[in-house]
Amino acid sequence: MNADSPSVVGRIAAVSAALAVLLVSAGLLALLFGSTDTVTDAFFSLFRGSGKADPMAETILWQIRFPRVLLAVLVGAALSLGGLVFQALLRNPLAEPYILGVSGGSAVGAIFGILLGFSRFPGVSLTAFAGSMATLALVLLLSSGQSVLKKDSLLLAGVMVNAFCSAVITFLISLTQDARLHNIIYWLMGDLGQSGMDQVGLLAAMLIPCFILFFALSHPMNLLLMGKEMAQTMGVNIRVVTLVLLVATSFMVSATVANCGLLGFVGLVMPHLLRLLVGPDHRVLVPACAIGGGAFMVLCDLLARVLPRQGEMPVGVITAMIGAPLFIYLLKRSGSDANRG
Amino acid sequence: MQTVVDIEGLSHFYGPFQALRELSLSVPKGCFFIVIGPNGSGKTTLLKNLAGIETPAAGAVRVLGRLLEEYTRKELARHLALVPQLPSEDFPFRVRDIVLMGRSPHLGVLGLDREADRKLARQAMAFTGVEPFAGRRLDQLSGGERQRVFIARAICQEPEILLLDEPTAALDLAHQVRIMDLMERLKKDRGVTVVMVSHDVNLAAMYADQLLLMREGQTVSLGPPTEVLTYEILEKTYGCPLLVDESPLGGVPRVTLVPSRYMDPDKGG
Repeated sequence: MNADSPSVVGRIAAVSAALAVLLVSAGLLALLFGSTDTVTDAFFSLFRGSGKADPMAETILWQIRFPRVLLAVLVGAALSLGGLVFQALLRNPLAEPYILGVSGGSAVGAIFGILLGFSRFPGVSLTAFAGSMATLALVLLLSSGQSVLKKDSLLLAGVMVNAFCSAVITFLISLTQDARLHNIIYWLMGDLGQSGMDQVGLLAAMLIPCFILFFALSHPMNLLLMGKEMAQTMGVNIRVVTLVLLVATSFMVSATVANCGLLGFVGLVMPHLLRLLVGPDHRVLVPACAIGGGAFMVLCDLLARVLPRQGEMPVGVITAMIGAPLFIYLLKRSGSDANRG
Repeated sequence: MQTVVDIEGLSHFYGPFQALRELSLSVPKGCFFIVIGPNGSGKTTLLKNLAGIETPAAGAVRVLGRLLEEYTRKELARHLALVPQLPSEDFPFRVRDIVLMGRSPHLGVLGLDREADRKLARQAMAFTGVEPFAGRRLDQLSGGERQRVFIARAICQEPEILLLDEPTAALDLAHQVRIMDLMERLKKDRGVTVVMVSHDVNLAAMYADQLLLMREGQTVSLGPPTEVLTYEILEKTYGCPLLVDESPLGGVPRVTLVPSRYMDPDKGG
């Protein structure tokens, strides 16, 4: 057992290091490339040591792209972890903040906050958090006809809550004749564009404690996968662990939604990919999803900036185009699993 | 005699339905204690109350002399392990990782295992005969193998009391005997007290030191198999025609089901 299974700590370190390399490479790419080439030129001239860097390029690099990359890392990590935690807690491989309607609920809360004229922090963050908690409670309530959360009823409840949230959002938007209207719609599609360092710092302060909490509870999450009864008799206080994880996840999701809008399906891609690569141990998966999810979002955002001929597209478009087919594939596969079992 | 489990006046409700009615009993240390009874008699509910998974409406459960509610989950898990009915198989952990999970109550919150823990896991896997597929995933195993993996996990937990809910249900004959033999060895070699819920009266008769026959949340009879498994008691409890004689192996009763065609003179052959 020693030879063929390295210690958990070793596995965590190896997987995290490999993904960190990926993250740093993705980050460098995202800093270098974008809708303007000046930065690339400036960057290379900086390395050659020839001449001074173009001040314009420097501004773009440090004040626009750098916070944007950091924001993408944070948001990608948060949403991937959100998917991972929901999948473990609800024992449903298709669970994800966006699909369950938690993101939509946060958006409704955030728009309420914006329309009421609250400041972005803490006002809008709080209304977004309230929205996400309310939708999560609603989805769990709707799908818990029996003690076991059924796979399909959970998804169905999520779809309905999502539809309701979209309706409320459209309703709220059509009530306002506001200059911010365009901004809201653009933000809804998932946007990492308008971020300064102070906003990134604030978001980091909200998210990083959640990441640490998830890592601390990663082994209880493993035990929870063995079923409630076994987990309890192996010493897990499932009521406390479940509650803490659910609240922390919706807090995290609401913080990202309030800052960057709706980015769908991110919570499916990384958890599933990494589970295939490194196995089901959450002690490895939590750090891996944080780092890998960050890298994934950085790359998606890079595509969103580079692909359009003019301007850029909301990054939510990219994540949905990657994630939605994966969702359909997983749904199909879990269906055939059910038939087989 | 020293007891490890003491239950006093235990009542449990599911909504308006009373699953346990002021049940009182004690389990002696190192005993193979098997609970039998008709469907819905409260066997599993009793086991869950004992494991602290369900909270009783009234009464007291003492494990090793201490009230259940005085334990934290983790403390209790160091003394008592459970192999539930139909455990999950959702996420494909490997066998050795599952067995190692049994060490969790003895470890920190991240469950980082030391060499001593890995050694205990190896021993538990050898004991239950699952070592050959230590590297396989749970979803690649048969029902009997899987059940032994979960038992290995429970043994790795080093409990003084092991609870099992119908571990032989859905297993073929060879695997049934194998699981029961394992429990007997666990009791003899390590002095573990085994409390098992079973549907199989004959299997229970062959292995149990103490047999608890339940009906409608109450004790019908409690004692060694020869005292509990009599024709009068069984027919009254199960409400069906039965034949009770001595097993050809000797010393324990044997229960035979009697098809109704033997009872009705008009249709009799």
